[in-house]
Parts: sequence; structure tokens; C-alpha cells
Amino acid sequence: MTADPRRGDPRPGDAGAAANRRDAWRGKREAAARRQPSVLTGDVLYLQQVTVSFDGFKALDDLTLHVDPGELLCVIGPNGAGKTTMMDVVTGKTRPDAGRVFFGNQINLLTMSEPEIAQAGIGRKFQKPTVFDFLTVFENLELALAGEKSFWRTFFARLTSRDRERIDEALETTGLASKRGSPAGTLAHGQKQWLEIGMLLMQEPKLLLVDEPVAGMTPQETERTGELLLSLAGRHSVVVVEHDMEFVRSIARRVAVLHEGRVLAEGGMDAVQSDPRVIEVYLGA
Amino acid sequence: MKTPALRLPAAVADRVSVAFLGSLAAVAVAAPLLNLAVPESSPLHLSSYAVGLIGKYLCYATLALAVDFIWGYCGILSLGHAAFFSLGGYAMGMYLMRRIGARGVYGNPDLPDFMVFLNWTELPWFWYGFDRFWFALVMVALVPGALAFVFGWLAFRSRVTGVYLSIITQALTYALMLAFFRNDMGFGGNNGFTDFKDILGFDLQSDATRSALLAATAVALGASYWVCRAVLGSRTGRVLRAIRDAESRTRFLGYRVQDYKLWVFVLSAVLAGVAGALYVPQVGIINPSEFEPINSIEVVIWVAVGGRGTLWGAAAGAVLVNYAKTWFTGALPDVWLYALGAMFVGATLFLPRGLAGLLPVRSRDA
Repeated sequence: MTADPRRGDPRPGDAGAAANRRDAWRGKREAAARRQPSVLTGDVLYLQQVTVSFDGFKALDDLTLHVDPGELLCVIGPNGAGKTTMMDVVTGKTRPDAGRVFFGNQINLLTMSEPEIAQAGIGRKFQKPTVFDFLTVFENLELALAGEKSFWRTFFARLTSRDRERIDEALETTGLASKRGSPAGTLAHGQKQWLEIGMLLMQEPKLLLVDEPVAGMTPQETERTGELLLSLAGRHSVVVVEHDMEFVRSIARRVAVLHEGRVLAEGGMDAVQSDPRVIEVYLGA
Repeated sequence: MKTPALRLPAAVADRVSVAFLGSLAAVAVAAPLLNLAVPESSPLHLSSYAVGLIGKYLCYATLALAVDFIWGYCGILSLGHAAFFSLGGYAMGMYLMRRIGARGVYGNPDLPDFMVFLNWTELPWFWYGFDRFWFALVMVALVPGALAFVFGWLAFRSRVTGVYLSIITQALTYALMLAFFRNDMGFGGNNGFTDFKDILGFDLQSDATRSALLAATAVALGASYWVCRAVLGSRTGRVLRAIRDAESRTRFLGYRVQDYKLWVFVLSAVLAGVAGALYVPQVGIINPSEFEPINSIEVVIWVAVGGRGTLWGAAAGAVLVNYAKTWFTGALPDVWLYALGAMFVGATLFLPRGLAGLLPVRSRDA
């Protein structure tokens, strides 16, 4: 890991593998493929020596981490390792005491507000599914649509046929087509999680941050979620924070282990799992 | 909440809106007719007192609508809306004071009586223009709107929400009350404005003028309803509900929540100001007690009793609670405050969606 945020390393192997999986998974992706993010060289996300402390407790301690274009990075670590704080820093909810956070090559996330960061192309799924219970599934997706989001623009906003197509596509992807008119509050837990992922897709993000997507899910739902996340990698960069080791093993190619606000180990799942330091602080516990 | 929202061609073409606006129109036509065209000997005759009362209720209903618009749909609980109502009322009151002219006790053609009494020799600058009706109308909307803009800009930008915001709005209306009590503010001190003569040349004591004011209030209420429905029926309305239910989530979707809150807060304040402006000529007085914090809290009770999150419910709640108030303060004056408290507690415990929740109408359509 060098300190230069413009390091070019597209990792064609990973992107290719993701593409194959994508095609196998579902056929009708041509329209979506045209919307490939243009910034596919260099890091998508780069955190350099980020430190966050709360009353002296260092939630993040000199954390350095990068995310490549189109990759699916899993971040694991025991409670209090700083996983959620890291996401808070990236999405603008928490400001670090020190360090730099870049999105793409140029965009300095530390100078931007939450809505600006969201508009720039970073979508976040929270640990606890937060969908808008009193709006229908369709309306939830509508609100998440990428585009101008000022008060007056939304007042005059009308759904174009392209918007409808995109919403239908997301309903299809997340398997919620039959629920489009139901209030989101009536969905089952797993369906809410998928709806949230669908909402992320509507934002056309370059980077998706997904916090504990399979917490509380049945094995079937977990498997379905894994497929969904894998299908998203390649077109988007995806960062998944998860506790469920089985799940991480099934989807991860690169894993970063966080411990006390730092990256303890990084690499393939097998390499990470056999790392004695990791075993000591986490896996062996 | 069993079926999806209807996609309506117009904001108010649904069944509930038609019923609401229809009954409003019926009141606006029937009350003046029964007052003016039916002879006093007839049992169908509506007294002038009742006309004034209905007009007053409709003003309150408009105020309740304004509060419900931001509380029921955007989660902003304002406990200071009587301030905007009163400011609108004061703006109209200033026009009515200027209309008195030389007919006042002191007979000064330029200065209202209270200024003569205070030995003022010329009109303060902020009274200029209020001799014109159109100017007063602009101020009725502009003053509450501007105050709401400044207040909201500061509060929402700093992410002051929930109970903290409610407390600050109480402080706002309390501060304004103290200011308006002062004689040297130039708004008549604790006596406020009263003894109005005419509006646009029409005698305020005449039945015809009172009926016209009632009808105008009904129109204002209907128009406010339409504006709120238009906002709530658009995508903006869905963003507002999203803010109400999960504010930070909405922010992460890329919406500048503070802007949304600010604009609906301003719109709500303007509607409250209009309601106040219609209230003053009908009750014939405006004084600083209108700013009392308790008044704003009462409005919230009307909305809670009628049904938070249903516009027509808020309006109906305002009329019903105030009708009860009229009845109690006449028949059992000591019991009124207990009854009000009981209504609020009862509604909170047993009718979380208010009286509107008793009717089989989905809240999102109302």
C-alpha cells in the first residue's frame, strides 16, 4: 500500500470474473451495462492514515485502506474494531481528526456534506434496514432515483419512462416485483434488506457500502443476498461489513480485518484466516 | 394502507378532498344565506354571532392545517405557530388601524389613538404603506414567512430537531409576546389594536361584511388545503414523509433535508399568517396575548384530536375542539381546561390517529 492515491491498478482478473458471474446470474443487463461508471481506473476509495477519536478512545487509528474499481471487499473485525466508524467517515457522518479520504482520484470527501457525498456516487446500506415504512416499495425506489434532489426540482419531478424502467429493473433484481405496491413496512426483514440494496442501485453509485447485510436472515435469504451482492460487483465497487464468516467466505475475494481501528491483515480469505494475529484477536476467540 | 397510493390527475380530485372542499363550500354559501336571506323570526335564521363564530373556527382550522402540514407530514412539531398567526393578524390590524383615520377618539387622521396617547408626533417608519390594502396583504405573508425563513434557516441548518426545536419555537413566541407588550414597540402595547371601523370601505359591524369575511376564510382554507395537497402529492411530499420517518436515511439518499424542512416551514408560517389576518377583522381585536405559548400548544391539541397526518382531520379537530371550548366556557367555564386536557390525553391514548382515524379512510389520501 503506497501513499499515492492515483496509483493505477485496474485488476482485470477480478473484473473479468465478476463479469462472468454477472452474465450467468441474469441475462438482461445490457441497458445497465451502458451506465458503467466512467472512473474505472485507480482506486475508487482511498483512506489514508485516518484517525477518529471519541473522548480519547481511538475508533480509527491511522487506518489506511483502498478499494479497487469493481471489486467486492469484505471488512471483518470484532465489535468496536471501527468498521461502522469507517463507513461513517466515508459517508460524511463523522469527520476524522486526521487523515485523508479520497473518492476516485480527485474528490476529497472530507470537504463534502452527506447529501453531496451521496450525490457524488457513494451509496450506503445501514446495519438496521431503514426503508420508509409508510411509502410503498415503488415509492421507496423512486425517492432513491439518481438525479436532481433540490426541493423545487422534486416538486415538479415526474417519472419518465426510463425512470420506470429502472425501477422495474431494480424490483426485478431484488425479487420484489410482486411487492411494488405494498407499503415497505409490511415487508419481511430480508425483503427490507433487499429493498435497501435496490434503493442503493437506484442511486447509480460507483461505490456501495453495505453494513451487515445478512444479519438476522434465514439461510435462504443469506444465499440470495450473496448472489445479489456478487452480481453488483464489477459494475459497482462494493464494500461489505459482515460478522457472518460463512457468508464472507462465500462471497469474498479480498478481505480486510480491522482491529482496534487499524487494518490487521488484508488479502484472500484463506490467507487471512491462517494469519496468527487474526486468529488471536478474532477468529480464534 | 392496504393498497398503493392513487395517482390522481389533480391534487384534490380524490374522494376525501372532494368531500372536504364540498362541505367547506356548503358552509361558505349556507351560513351567509341563512344569516342574510332568512328572516330573523324563522327558526332557520343563523345569528350574526354564529356567523362570527364559524368564521373564527375556520381561521383556526386553517392554522391547524398549517401545523399539521409540517407536523403530520414532515415531523416538525412547532409549538410556536401562534406567533406566525399573530404576526399575520398584526399586519392586518395595522391596515385596519390606518383605516380608522380621523374616526378615532382623538380624531387624528394619521396617527392611531394609542400613538396620540403616547404623545408620538409622527408615524413610525414601519407603519408606512399599511394604509394600502394590497401592501398589508403582502406583509401578511411576508412577515411570518421571513421570520420562519430566518428561524428555520438557523435551526434546520444546525440540525435542531425533535423536542429541542419545539422548545425553541415556544421561546420564539414567548419572546415575541414580551416584545409586543412593550409600548415603545409601536404596536399598541398590551392593548394591541381594536375598535376597527371598516375593511376596504365595508363596515365591519354589518352582517354582509361578516358573511363575506366568513366566505373569504372558507376560500382561504380551501386554497391552503389545495396547496398542501399539491405539495404532498408530488415527489416532494414523499420526501417529506421520508424525512418524518427516517431523517438521516433521507440525507444519505442525497436530499438536503434542511432545505425541505425550511421551505415547508416557511409555507406553513405563511398559511398561519393568512389565517391570523382573516381572524383579526372577524374578532375585532389583536393583542399580545395571542402570542401566549399556551395558544400554540392548543393548536397542537386540535391537530392531535382531529388526526395528525390527515389535513381534513386537523381542520375538523380545530372546529370541534373550539366548538367544545365555546360550549364549555359558556356552560361550565371551570371545567374547560380539564376537558381540554382530557381530550388530549384521550386522543393520545386511545386515538393515535385522532378522530380521523375512526373513519375508514386511509391517512395518505387525506
